[in-house]
Amino acid sequence: MIRAFSALTAAGLVVGIAASAAAADAHRGGVLKIYHRDSPPSASIHEEATFSTSIPMMPVFNNLVLYKQDVAQNSMSTIVPDLATAWSWSPDNLKLTFKLREGVKWHDGKPFTAKDVKCTWDLLMGNASQKFRKNPRQSWYENVTDVTANGDFEATFALKRPQPSLLALLASGYTPVYPCHVGPAQMRTHPIGTGPFKFVEFKQNESIKIVRNPDYWKKDRPYLDAIEFTIIPNRSTAILAFVAGKFDMTFPTEVTVPLLKDIVSQAPQAVCKLVPTNISINLIVNRESPPLDNPDVRRATALALDRKSFIDILSEGKADAGGTMQPQPEGVWGMPPEMLKTIPGYGDDLAASRAEARKLMEKAGYGPNKRLALKISTRNIPTYRDPAVILIDQLKEIYIDAELEVVETANWFSKVARKDYAIGLNLTGNAVDDPDQSFYENYACGSERNYTRYCNKELEVLFDKQSMETDLEKRKKLVWEIDKKLQDDVARPIILHGRAATCWQPQVKGVTLMVNSSYNGWRFEDAWLDR
Amino acid sequence: MTSYLIRRFGLMVLTLFGISVIIFVLLRVVPGNIADILFDAAGMINEAEKRELEQAFGLDRPIPVQYASWIGGLLQGDLGYSYVSERPAIAEIAPRIPTTAKLAALALGFSVLLGVPLGVISAVRQNTGLDYLLRVLSLSGLSMPSFWLGLLILMAFVAYFGAIPIYTEPPQTWWDELLLFSVPAAAVGFRSSALLMRLTRSSMLEVMRQDYIRTARSKGASETTVNFHHALRNAVLPIVTVIGIEAAFLMGGLIVTETVFNIPGVARYLVEAIRWRDYPIVQNLVMFIAVIVVTVNFIVDMTYAALDPRIRYSD
Repeated sequence: MIRAFSALTAAGLVVGIAASAAAADAHRGGVLKIYHRDSPPSASIHEEATFSTSIPMMPVFNNLVLYKQDVAQNSMSTIVPDLATAWSWSPDNLKLTFKLREGVKWHDGKPFTAKDVKCTWDLLMGNASQKFRKNPRQSWYENVTDVTANGDFEATFALKRPQPSLLALLASGYTPVYPCHVGPAQMRTHPIGTGPFKFVEFKQNESIKIVRNPDYWKKDRPYLDAIEFTIIPNRSTAILAFVAGKFDMTFPTEVTVPLLKDIVSQAPQAVCKLVPTNISINLIVNRESPPLDNPDVRRATALALDRKSFIDILSEGKADAGGTMQPQPEGVWGMPPEMLKTIPGYGDDLAASRAEARKLMEKAGYGPNKRLALKISTRNIPTYRDPAVILIDQLKEIYIDAELEVVETANWFSKVARKDYAIGLNLTGNAVDDPDQSFYENYACGSERNYTRYCNKELEVLFDKQSMETDLEKRKKLVWEIDKKLQDDVARPIILHGRAATCWQPQVKGVTLMVNSSYNGWRFEDAWLDR
Repeated sequence: MTSYLIRRFGLMVLTLFGISVIIFVLLRVVPGNIADILFDAAGMINEAEKRELEQAFGLDRPIPVQYASWIGGLLQGDLGYSYVSERPAIAEIAPRIPTTAKLAALALGFSVLLGVPLGVISAVRQNTGLDYLLRVLSLSGLSMPSFWLGLLILMAFVAYFGAIPIYTEPPQTWWDELLLFSVPAAAVGFRSSALLMRLTRSSMLEVMRQDYIRTARSKGASETTVNFHHALRNAVLPIVTVIGIEAAFLMGGLIVTETVFNIPGVARYLVEAIRWRDYPIVQNLVMFIAVIVVTVNFIVDMTYAALDPRIRYSD
């Protein structure tokens, strides 16, 4: 506990020094104009799993704790207080207690108290009388038994077993504190937060506007008067508008590698950064129906993948090969390259991998004269469709003649849930670069986002073991072991980890792109315009 | 005439009823509904929660019951609530109608003012250099996809003026509005004007071979009088029909233009609503567009009589 509070004091000092340095230069005022890629489904962060919602809405809220907004790599050491002023673990590590900030007001003037913390997690855990329309991150709190308010300014999370990285989940942009007195329905249309910006309006397909909260508890923040998101679904129009100077910033991570070249040539003054998105392109394999119920066929499919070609074609060589966890150096938990190469299909000798794949296919009864016909199903969106086409070409090398089946977005998850596919081309975004989020969400036996229903009880024991481990280095080794096993088992073969760019005009200051999450760095309270 | 009007009106109502049934049933037959889409945005699907959502939206009721509920509400001016924004459908649809109406009117004005005179000139100067030039122009207008033309215009604006004529916020004055809409109106009107130009030309050529044109000339009437008073007036019927069809089409057919120029109009909203399976928005918007199309057709039919004294609707 003493260690936690000392760390906090040090972190506070660093924050203070950095903040005063930034404050010395920062200009107040101005409206930051950003184009938005699409109309988000709602304004309620807790009900959505897309940064179309979390990016414009994160500035409206505060979390209990938050990833430090001016540090690019999220890790346990960059978690800083937000609505909580301090936190401590019980000696048995089964209780996490937060001391809460006093004097904070919701945007409608009501005071923030520990009851709001309890209400938020009661909703998230499905224990409240009201319900979210959908609750995509309920599984994050499987290990939390209860949240209690101890007076007005202290809240305690009780856990079934120790889970140090619960803090990592609480620091995500996906984890704001909601007010007790505002129902989920209003939070979808007119959210009330405690954050640096107040919600003004969300016009479907048109715009989202938020304005400076003059009563923000950080007295010198935010610098901007307002942020306006203009919804422009047509990417060509949006990029042209940015080039013409109509916007200060592109929508985060919406600039692909080819588009980045266009922007750099047409708007050389723009500041552009290409960073990992922690979104992977992967395969979901139906391991319950023939022919992919045969482990040899599944393994052959994984061995046929030429990841370098995917990376070269899709991202002009900029993306990264890796396992489930985002690769190093930007990712904290990715396997070391030398370990990655030991996994079948990841080595340098593609010809040998494919020869082995063909042997496995022959063992399963296929060959040049008896080719396997199957469908590659994917959503009718270019980021899904393009890799699926490359995959079809690569599978030809191992006696598989695949046909592309494009599925409309509305029917995709129903189809996946029905297991009505052989191989699916899928994208998985990780909001937090932490194994707890990735393993339990995507590979745990009962998880709704474990699309293939891969279930390995022995591995689940290891999931819990790494989750409880407090020693970072020991935990990393466990995580690598699990990740390697997941790839060996062809649980969800990872093709690549993507990179995408964000650009802004030179007058935009105080924005830091996170390099291992696209979801956590959009508080915008340190952003300012140098006009 | 009165009974013709009544018959035509009855047919209008019947047509609208048919459209309402078709759109309502088709929307529900197409796989996937709002619950699927909402769960898609959440990256998962929970069958129990999905059923709860369907219940909340009333989608678990039989289709005829849902239809009766919609039509009953519609007759009382209640369009229901958008599934996505959770606001009254009328509040979502109404502000977008004037935007599209203004854009459509400007585009139509552009196409008529450009297409009809150039069509007349092309006919009068048949087989001259000017005629060939205008024919190439009209062909290019018809063959150039409007999204491509729109993007070319945007790129040219950015390259030469360093500005981009797209909608990012509501214009403050009518002049700003006119400037903002004039570029997309020209982009979409170019195609319509090409169509009108070709139609006017062929219709004029046909009329100009008639005996009464020769008679007018032999009586010493000026070329202007012959071309515009005698020829164009008789050639105008098919042109009016096409203008009517174009007017109706423009109210719902500006999807590409509204998307490229980022105009928050009816057409773009309709596409988004279809993507979201936002039934209350889709069915009410389609009905609105259907009413416009049917009404415009009715007005065009009535205009025939006014334009051509030979046409009279007998009782």
